[in-house]
Amino acid sequence: MKFKIFAVITFLLLSYALYQGMWAAPREATMGDIQRIFYYHVPSAWTSFLCFFANFIASIVYLARRNLKADAFAVSTAEVGVVFCTVVLVTGPLWARPVWGIWWTWDARLTTTLVLWLIYVSYLLLRRYSTGQATPTLAAALAIFGFLDVPIVYMSIRWWRTQHPQPVIAGGQGSGLDPHMWAAVLWNWAAFMALAGLLIWVRYRLEIVRQQLDEAHALRAVGRVEGSFTR
Amino acid sequence: MSALAGVTASNLRKDVRLEWRSKDAVNAMLFFALLVVVIFSFAFDPTAEESRQIVGGLVWVAFLFAAIVALNQAWMRELRNQVLDAYRVSPAPANALFLGKAIGNFLFISVVEALLVPLFVVFYNLRPVGPAWQLVPVFLLGTWALVVVGTFFAAISLRTRSREVMLPLILFPVSIPAVLAMVEATTMVLTGTETPRFWITLLLVYDVVFTTVCLLLFETVLHAE
Amino acid sequence: MSKIFGRFAALREVTATFQPGRVYAIFGDNGAGKSTLLRVICGLASATAGKVLIFGSRERSAFTSRLGYMGHAPLLYDEMTGMENLRYFAGLYGIAGTARCEQAIAAVGLEPALTRRVAEYSQGMRQRMSLARAAIHDPEILLLDEPFSNLDPGSARAMGRLVAGMRDRGKTILVVTHQAAHLAEIADESLWMSAGRVAAWERGIAAADRAAASAVLS
Repeated sequence: MKFKIFAVITFLLLSYALYQGMWAAPREATMGDIQRIFYYHVPSAWTSFLCFFANFIASIVYLARRNLKADAFAVSTAEVGVVFCTVVLVTGPLWARPVWGIWWTWDARLTTTLVLWLIYVSYLLLRRYSTGQATPTLAAALAIFGFLDVPIVYMSIRWWRTQHPQPVIAGGQGSGLDPHMWAAVLWNWAAFMALAGLLIWVRYRLEIVRQQLDEAHALRAVGRVEGSFTR
Repeated sequence: MSALAGVTASNLRKDVRLEWRSKDAVNAMLFFALLVVVIFSFAFDPTAEESRQIVGGLVWVAFLFAAIVALNQAWMRELRNQVLDAYRVSPAPANALFLGKAIGNFLFISVVEALLVPLFVVFYNLRPVGPAWQLVPVFLLGTWALVVVGTFFAAISLRTRSREVMLPLILFPVSIPAVLAMVEATTMVLTGTETPRFWITLLLVYDVVFTTVCLLLFETVLHAE
Repeated sequence: MSKIFGRFAALREVTATFQPGRVYAIFGDNGAGKSTLLRVICGLASATAGKVLIFGSRERSAFTSRLGYMGHAPLLYDEMTGMENLRYFAGLYGIAGTARCEQAIAAVGLEPALTRRVAEYSQGMRQRMSLARAAIHDPEILLLDEPFSNLDPGSARAMGRLVAGMRDRGKTILVVTHQAAHLAEIADESLWMSAGRVAAWERGIAAADRAAASAVLS
């Protein structure tokens, strides 16, 4: 029931955010309507970053407490984070091409997002290729490395870009954003956060069921019908 | 603390001795890096001026690939005959095993680098415009960055399918800032444009942060099953 | 205590108490969980449910220096000599110097000064060197996984005498083996494991007879 309410709220938020982005926000002077991609590009970036932060916390909790729920949460946030990260990487070039005539510019934030994407895709690959039952532990270790790397990646690429300047896609940090545009950005962010929450919820439940299934099989293998394994 | 240092030294001696006898890693690395140098020479045929711009990148790509060769078999001797079990059963600290292995790898890769740098100088007619001594901290910090994270990730990849593929897959993304720093710093020194102080600081920060994380997490990873 | 690998139960609610100073033989078919039992006891694998108490404690640090493990595989570095191997492993237990290593190697009937590398050892030599490594720190508990495998009768008898000698010095020894005969005069008690459970517990090596009986029936 709670889930259904949340789903409805998400739908409403997405609809309103769509309206905000596509109609309510003013048309950008130089770039035209194509600039509206900004309302998808930037909130996706923030959402994916928060997902990865949640993954970082969940990984630490897992290593500290060996709580399988934390591991379920970790894999869910990583997957949803990668999805939103992919959105950022796709909308970037989609925007850059018509406006600046180039697909990719290696600008600081887009490149950092690319590296972030690579790190978390490698995390998901590790989870998939890992044999045996050490997967949650190994993945949690990698997640900690990956997230701690993020600020270092950002600083290194920013400096790299000041050495070799190139066109900047996302118009800089709030560089003269019209207040009406800010409304569209924030509504879309709220909508994406709700969507991310919904997706994480679903994925989390799926993972918990998978864990319970494994435990049921294990119990049956031991010869018991009820109960659970607690360390 | 002294137990840690003592067992680390013991592990290091053992690894150096074993490597000296078989020379598996060093030979493979040397040959591989040499191949990369030659292939790059065919791919890019630079003038002396151009080569100063690109050699920074070429050198570190060659060393990165060579390092992967070494790291992929870093734990092989412990896996053969299940020696790792004997270590885990003992009271010896896990970090001593990690540090011994990492320092050993650092020495082997440094040897290969020292042998190959003259080769690069010869093939690309290099004469650094900037102060060449600045390359020393870049190489030391950069190699340690690759080795410390690589040794740890090699231990992680032990428990995966296709472990030789898994290691570069998980290592390269996390190493990107370190590799960028190494390449940029080397290029700066070669072309003499400016001092690579920022990059050296970045490498230092990277090394400190990730060495700490490795030492905090290695015991967990060693005993995970 | 139970041990599950994914969906496979290697050990199912095994309950066992081992008394100090006795030799226990563990028999069973392949896949019955014998090796897993040893690995969980010495901490190489962790129990999925239940607990293992050694000297009354669950803490690893309490017993790692008082426990020795000899696995299926030799647990030795191929490219080093026996003496170099033992000196390295002795160092892990904080034992310095060569004296104890020489004694340990001599005690298993091998030559300490041997310059041959372990890779060139015969199977019997390798097993004996592995036992020397397992016992280098004079542990109170020894876990031996198939110490007699691939040994010729003479070497097997020698190995059996070594085990008896260690028991006489007051050690507790758990031996997993398929060859009951080698422990005939040596084992104090024996277990028969089947499909992850302890199916029988007898005096001497009598559990092996239960094994033979059930083999005939099935």
